[in-house]
Amino acid sequence: MIAIALAFLAGAIILAATGYSPIEAYGALITGAFGDIFGIAQTLAKATPIIFTALAFLFAFKCGLFNIGAEGQLLVGAFAAALVGISFDGLPALVHVPMALLAGAVAGGLWGFISAVLKTKLGAHEVITTMMLSYVALYFTSYLVNYPFKAPGGVSQTVAVAPSAVLPLIFQSTQLSASVFVAVGLVVLTYYTLQKTTLGYEVRAIGLNPTAAESGGINVKRGIVLALLISGAMAGLGGAGEVLGVHGRFIEGFSPGYGWDGLAVALVGGLNPLGVLIAAVLFGALRSGGMEMTRVTQVPLDIVSILQALVIIFVAAPMLIKYLLKKGGHKWSD
Amino acid sequence: MVGLIDIIDVGLFAAAVRMATPIASAAIGGIFSERAGIINIGLEGMMLTGAFAGVVASDFTGSAWIGVLAAILAGGLLGLLHAFLTVQFLVDQVVSGTGINILALGFTAYMSQVLWGSRGGSDIVNGLDVVSIPLLKDIPILGAIIGSHTPLVYLTIVIIGLSYIVLFKTPMGLRIRAVGEHPAAADTAGINVYRTKYLCVIISGMLAGFGGAFLSLGHLNVFVLGMTGGRGFIALAAMIFGQWMPFGAFGASLLFGFADALQMRLQALGLLPPQIILMVPYVLTIVVLAGVVRKTHPPSNYKPYVKE
Repeated sequence: MIAIALAFLAGAIILAATGYSPIEAYGALITGAFGDIFGIAQTLAKATPIIFTALAFLFAFKCGLFNIGAEGQLLVGAFAAALVGISFDGLPALVHVPMALLAGAVAGGLWGFISAVLKTKLGAHEVITTMMLSYVALYFTSYLVNYPFKAPGGVSQTVAVAPSAVLPLIFQSTQLSASVFVAVGLVVLTYYTLQKTTLGYEVRAIGLNPTAAESGGINVKRGIVLALLISGAMAGLGGAGEVLGVHGRFIEGFSPGYGWDGLAVALVGGLNPLGVLIAAVLFGALRSGGMEMTRVTQVPLDIVSILQALVIIFVAAPMLIKYLLKKGGHKWSD
Repeated sequence: MVGLIDIIDVGLFAAAVRMATPIASAAIGGIFSERAGIINIGLEGMMLTGAFAGVVASDFTGSAWIGVLAAILAGGLLGLLHAFLTVQFLVDQVVSGTGINILALGFTAYMSQVLWGSRGGSDIVNGLDVVSIPLLKDIPILGAIIGSHTPLVYLTIVIIGLSYIVLFKTPMGLRIRAVGEHPAAADTAGINVYRTKYLCVIISGMLAGFGGAFLSLGHLNVFVLGMTGGRGFIALAAMIFGQWMPFGAFGASLLFGFADALQMRLQALGLLPPQIILMVPYVLTIVVLAGVVRKTHPPSNYKPYVKE
């Protein structure tokens, strides 16, 4: 909590230094995010994809891996879901929706799997490969939505998915869809998997000490592959939820950076699935309230990214906070 | 395949040298940091901030050279932040670097709206002119490739040579490498481990910022949102491919620069959709990394050093 307060304080300094009133800006942000029932629903709607990407980062991180490519995994998952949503007609929704969600998970998982194979077979560090694959996903989906699957008209988007593939909205005139239930379910499933299953135990053991895990009889490479596969699948599922629940189609640039939000949320949530749920609401509020803030006060929306980065830095530096609070802490070496 | 042969000319190779410059300078930055035992994922953000600061300074002063200095300064400041967080406060190096990347992207987008009213980018500012090196430019073929560039291209080559000398031929370089390889032993030998790490990470940021200045002042003369486009990460791949050696990293940067130049040429031809062509440098980076990384040995285990 102190980390978040410090981040907002630093953000306030930036706002004030660039001629905006921090009180007005933050006021509009909070009103927009929590002011009425629509604001709250919209906050939860924005929190939904972030829960998926945060779980994606968290799951890989528990295995000692940095999956910073959730953005790309989300995009390919979203596109795959759209493709399945478009391609079939007349299926019962009970079949079509799970099929499309599954396609999203598979595509995202495949994207994570590539990095996993590059790491375990060839030793390429996942930080670079997941990031590079994110760019590949960005351009690849952009190609698909601008050429072979472009809907008629000026906008870079696919045609709408079949009605049977739509995840219903649970709050009209907002973007809150049933995808939020999938997200909450995944939180519980992730918690259970990490704490109560053999796979979760292996993943955590590898994350703590791969050498010890290996000598303890755990197949480290298999664990890494599974962790990145599952991690990518989670992000892909989040993208699928956005397509099937919010937009009803794949629209180029629909993600304002949910992958990065997820990284921040996983850290703020203390790398705990339940903590993720709370932190995601906070970041969802930044995204939903941020729009209101920009509309009312003309403060550029990118202040949200700045706040996000500051939160990451402060949360990751408990020693720094201690130092700032106590003016003591870590001694210089001289 | 009409046109494929036509684009391979000296102009393409000249463009490859040009586009290798920002990658090479950031890769050298990566070498300084990693040789001292600190992973610098934040190169991307440092480069982007450098590109931004360069344009801002050039916009306000009218001098592109002051812009270059501002870029180096801005990159160095982020380097200082990275060192502060990772060396002093033991923040995870990848988390800190990622935070810096997000901060840079958000801050430059925010500030470009404050300054120029556009999230997309800046006004056109004074950039650096191309200089021709006498004699060098008269050599057949080679002259056309390396004879006429912005001064930043030549400065980068000087920086690469200097980095090699500093890192491998001076006592200071020995100290840096000792700090990365075995900080405890270096400490016992009287080397100030913390100060050395700070210095190297700051240098790393300065070099990345310099690479950013090339993109914004030596190449386009504007700032564009996210204009580094992952070059900081490609620089990390170049560093690994070059085995953490300055000339090796330069060679790798030339390869990536060539991919970048080829990508731009293919774009101009319009044979394929731009998105397909834009993927080329990233796919190449993955392929190269996957192909060579097994045979490399990092110069440090990158564990944070806590003095007993």
